[in-house]
Amino acid sequence: MAVADTRPRKALDAVELDPRREPIVVVDDLHIVYRVYGAGGKGNAASAFSRVLRRKHRPTMTEVHAIKGLSFVAYRGEAVGIIGTNGSGKSTLLKAIAGLLPPHRGGVYTDGQPSLLGVNAALMKDLTGERNIVLGCLAMGMSPAETRAKYKEIVDFAGLKEGFIQYPMRTYSSGMGARLRFAIAAAKTHDVLLIDEALATGDAKFKVKSKRRIEELRKEAGAVFLVAHQLDVVKETCDRVIWIDEGRMHMDGDPEEVIAAYVETTGK
Amino acid sequence: MSHPERLGSPGGESVGTIAEPPHVNESLSDYAARYGLRQSAARPPLRKYLQQVWARRNFIWAFASAKNISMYTDSRLGQLWQLLTPLLNAAVYYLIFGLLLNTSRGIKDFIPFLVTGVFLFGFTQRSVTSGAKSVGDNLSLIRALHFPRATLPLAIAVVELQQLLLSLVVLFAIIMAWGEPITFNMVLFIPVVALQLMFNVGISMVMARLGAFNRDITQLLPFIMRTWLYMSGVIFSLPVMMKPGSKLDRYPVIARLLEANPAHVYVELSRNMLLGEYRESMREQVALHKATTMPMSQLWLYAIVWAVVMLVGGFMFFYRAEERYGRG
Repeated sequence: MAVADTRPRKALDAVELDPRREPIVVVDDLHIVYRVYGAGGKGNAASAFSRVLRRKHRPTMTEVHAIKGLSFVAYRGEAVGIIGTNGSGKSTLLKAIAGLLPPHRGGVYTDGQPSLLGVNAALMKDLTGERNIVLGCLAMGMSPAETRAKYKEIVDFAGLKEGFIQYPMRTYSSGMGARLRFAIAAAKTHDVLLIDEALATGDAKFKVKSKRRIEELRKEAGAVFLVAHQLDVVKETCDRVIWIDEGRMHMDGDPEEVIAAYVETTGK
Repeated sequence: MSHPERLGSPGGESVGTIAEPPHVNESLSDYAARYGLRQSAARPPLRKYLQQVWARRNFIWAFASAKNISMYTDSRLGQLWQLLTPLLNAAVYYLIFGLLLNTSRGIKDFIPFLVTGVFLFGFTQRSVTSGAKSVGDNLSLIRALHFPRATLPLAIAVVELQQLLLSLVVLFAIIMAWGEPITFNMVLFIPVVALQLMFNVGISMVMARLGAFNRDITQLLPFIMRTWLYMSGVIFSLPVMMKPGSKLDRYPVIARLLEANPAHVYVELSRNMLLGEYRESMREQVALHKATTMPMSQLWLYAIVWAVVMLVGGFMFFYRAEERYGRG
């Protein structure tokens, strides 16, 4: 794939558009501010009562400005890696693309409905893996026949140990849960698939398989976003890397270059 | 704002644009619109939403069955609790209201009367309480996969229907044990349950939206539901309480309100359909005090109006917040 036409570029000015390719995700001057509740306050009834009387918001509600004006365009068939230190806004960005966080300012435009794969491993933790597969497929809009057809494929892909498919998902290790969850979500072609560290807990064998599956999903004309801390995974799976720092674009371009720059800055 | 005036499909240009544009200085939102991209997490139009829900009917059923199965996995008696819970409920109410407080005066066959009331009220009660939790309890599913959220309260209503069907087995056993003859009226019990189900779907959708954004609701609900229980003539007969000369008779507005309340309507209709003796006594009462007692036709009317209004209103209420569930 001929990708590196106008890149690497440091996205300081306006986003350069590639007229020859079809965009699938457009992030336009996105600002995300979210509220964090809980933790703090005295935590007793009297203080809660005085809070209600004084018409104050819930205890220690803090506003976090997580994304501060981010703009970029992702095209069909791209696998975009997103890197950055902890708390730089990577997961927030994915949630915003998935439509789970409302933009404070600016906007996110997508073609079709993005699907987000997160770290919390179970879909329905009290149900067996088997039922989770069936329910997951049906929820994504497959027919019972399609679900049956895909079932075997999903089980094989998740590569669970013998018998585990019959156990409730709460008994799964985090790696097993993440694998099954990824397998379910990947059974369907998504326009935009957002993967948030969901592959981090998988073993080496699973990484190879998931990389192949991401390739396939890309070929089916969607786009894949991957947040990962393991830079080798990003380098192998992605053909473009965005480096976010403090909620702002730091660098956007060829994986090799961006990762090299990232390692140099953070490695010291 | 981020909404462009131009909503053309790729290549399609609005009137008045000069030639084929090189799109210089075009804003990103215009660029997105030109390729037909939409704000992520926008609510689909109602028609499409209904189609999506319909397409998920298998999911609703499978989800409901799975819920039913997982509900008792930790207990030794398992699914047996589905029968034991309603039985024990009826036993407790019989002990208190039948034996200790003796509220049964004037009602023949108090046990079938009580059990019918408790079971059918419980059907609505559980739809309300689990409806309120239907979004909050499934956040990980909501955040992982994309599907119309209305399927969750719908599945809850199906769970409660499945539970009710099991309680009805107990109910019929009790009624038969009391020597109730099988009549045509029992067939009319089916539309009553269907109407109540419609009402329950609606109310659980209302509760689902309220509960999704305000967790305080779940703390309040037990009190609200208990008040509702005592106001709906579940463990005593409202018509009997409203006999001329009684306290309620002096406040006709309150009496009419209590009669029109949906829980009373469905419970009372079910009793009229299932219990022959009760039906007879109500018929007598209607004949005796025309002004104060609600005739059957009016009960049916109320039942239908409540079902339709609640189902349509509840669905719209839930749908209008569709894009906000699971956020934050």
